[in-house]
Amino acid sequence: MSLTASLAAIGRPVLAALALIGRLALYAFETVTHLLRPPFYGREFLHALVQIGWLSLPVVGLTAVFTGGALALQIYAGGSRFNAESVVPSIVAIGMTRELGPVLGGLMVAARVASSIAAEIGTMKVTEQIDALVTLSTHPMKYLTLPRVLAATLAVPVLVGVGDAIGIMGGYLVGITRLDFNAAAYLKNTADFLETWDVVSGLIKGAVFGFIVATMGCFYGMHSGRGAQGVGRATKSAVVAASVLILAANYILTELFFSA
Amino acid sequence: MIELSDVHKAFGSNKVLRGVNLTIPKSTSMVIIGGSGTGKSVALKCILGLVTPDRGTITLDGQDVTKGDRDAFLARFGMLFQGGALFDSLPVWQNVAFRLLRGSLKRPKAEARDIAVEKLRRVGLKSETADLYPAELSGGMQKRVGLARAIAAEPEIIFFDEPTTGLDPIMAGVINELIREIVTEMGATAMTITHDMSSVRAIADNVAMLHDGVIKWTGPVSRMDNSGDPYLDQFIHGRAEGPIEAVR
Repeated sequence: MSLTASLAAIGRPVLAALALIGRLALYAFETVTHLLRPPFYGREFLHALVQIGWLSLPVVGLTAVFTGGALALQIYAGGSRFNAESVVPSIVAIGMTRELGPVLGGLMVAARVASSIAAEIGTMKVTEQIDALVTLSTHPMKYLTLPRVLAATLAVPVLVGVGDAIGIMGGYLVGITRLDFNAAAYLKNTADFLETWDVVSGLIKGAVFGFIVATMGCFYGMHSGRGAQGVGRATKSAVVAASVLILAANYILTELFFSA
Repeated sequence: MIELSDVHKAFGSNKVLRGVNLTIPKSTSMVIIGGSGTGKSVALKCILGLVTPDRGTITLDGQDVTKGDRDAFLARFGMLFQGGALFDSLPVWQNVAFRLLRGSLKRPKAEARDIAVEKLRRVGLKSETADLYPAELSGGMQKRVGLARAIAAEPEIIFFDEPTTGLDPIMAGVINELIREIVTEMGATAMTITHDMSSVRAIADNVAMLHDGVIKWTGPVSRMDNSGDPYLDQFIHGRAEGPIEAVR
C-alpha cells in the first residue's frame, strides 16, 4: 500500500468522525434554538415526560438500590483494612449523589430511552411519517425532538434525585442488616457528611445526561438508514454514543465541579 | 398551475432527475408513470420541498416554491403516501384531523373530530374506525385513512404516491374511484405517481412518462394508447422488449 493510500485510509474515518461531531453539534444547537421559537407542543412534551421520566423510575430505582447496597459492602470491606468501617454511611452518600447516582441513572436511561427514541423516530423516518409531518406543516424538530429533549433534560435530574435517595437507602439497609450499624447512627452520619453541593452537582450532571440521551436518540433516529437494518443501526449508535458521551461529560463536569 | 423547468437532482453519483420539464394545469389530474427507480417520487418530493433540486425551477401559480411562506405553501397541499404514513401513536381520527388540531388551521377539538369522522365517511369508513389505531387497520383501510387525511383540510392540490400499491385489484379499484370522485368534486389539482395502469386510466386527465430522468412523453390519457412513443408503448403494454432495458 502506498503512503498516500495509507494516509487516506487513516484520514477518511477521521474526517467522517469530525463531520459527525459537526452535525451533532449543529443538531443540538438547532434543538436549543427551537426552545425559543413557537409553536410549542405541550401535549407531546407531557407524553415524553411520562415516557422518559415516570416509566424509567423502576429501572433507575432498582439500579440505585443494588448499587447502594454493593457500595456499602465494598466500602466496609475496604475500610476494615485500616479500621475505617465507620466511613460507610458518608462514602455511600457522597458516592451515590456525586457519581454513581447520576452516571448509572444516566446510563440506564440511555439504554432505555435513547434506544426507544431512536427506534421510534427511525421507524417514522423509514415509513415516511417524518415526510408526512412536513407536508402537514409540522416541523419535525419541534414536534419530535424538542419535546423529548426538554422532557429528558428535566426528568433525568428528578430520576437522579430519587435514585440518590434509594441508593442511600440501599446502603442503609445493608449497613444495619448485614454490617451491624446502628440505624440512628447510620442516618446521622449520612446527614452530617452530606453537603448540598454533593446533591446539586449530581442533579446538574443528570440534566446534562438527559439532554445527551434524548439528543442522541433523536439525532440517530432522524438520520436512520432504510429498512429494519437501518433502524437497528440507528438504535445501536444512539445508545453507544449516548453512553460514551455521558461518561466523557461526567469526567469534564467532575473536573469543573471538584478539581482543586 | 404547477410547472417544473429543467429540474435536476442527483444523490451522489446517481443522477435521478436529468432535466424534468412538466406542466400540471390547475384543476386537472396528472398521472406520472415510469419504472421503479426512475425518479417519480423524487420529482414529487422536489415540488413539496422534501428534497431540494440541484438545478432548475419549480413554480406554483408562477411563484417559486422555494420562496415565500412555507406554511402557507404547504397548507395548499394534501398528500397520500405510498404506505399511508399514518402516525402509529395517534388514533385514526387524530391522524385525519392532524392539521386541524394544530397550527394555522387549528379548530376546537370537537369540531376537528366531527370533520375527521365526516372525511372518514367520505372514504367509506364507519365512525367506529375513528377511535382505532393505525396498527388495528388493514392495508386498504390505512390507504383510506391516508386519503381522508389528505383531503381533511380541503387542499387545492393533492398528491398521491402509489395509491394502489399492495392492495388487491378490487380494493385498488375502490381507491381509484374514490380518488377520481374526490378530485372531481373538490376541483383540486392532482398529481399521482403509479405503475398501475388501471389507476392511470381511472384517475388521469393527463399522463407523463418519466424515464431516465426526463419526461419522455406527456399528453391526455385519451392519446396514451396511440402515442407512437416507443417508451410509453412498451411500458403500458408491459413488454420486456423495447427501448426500456428490462433486467432479467
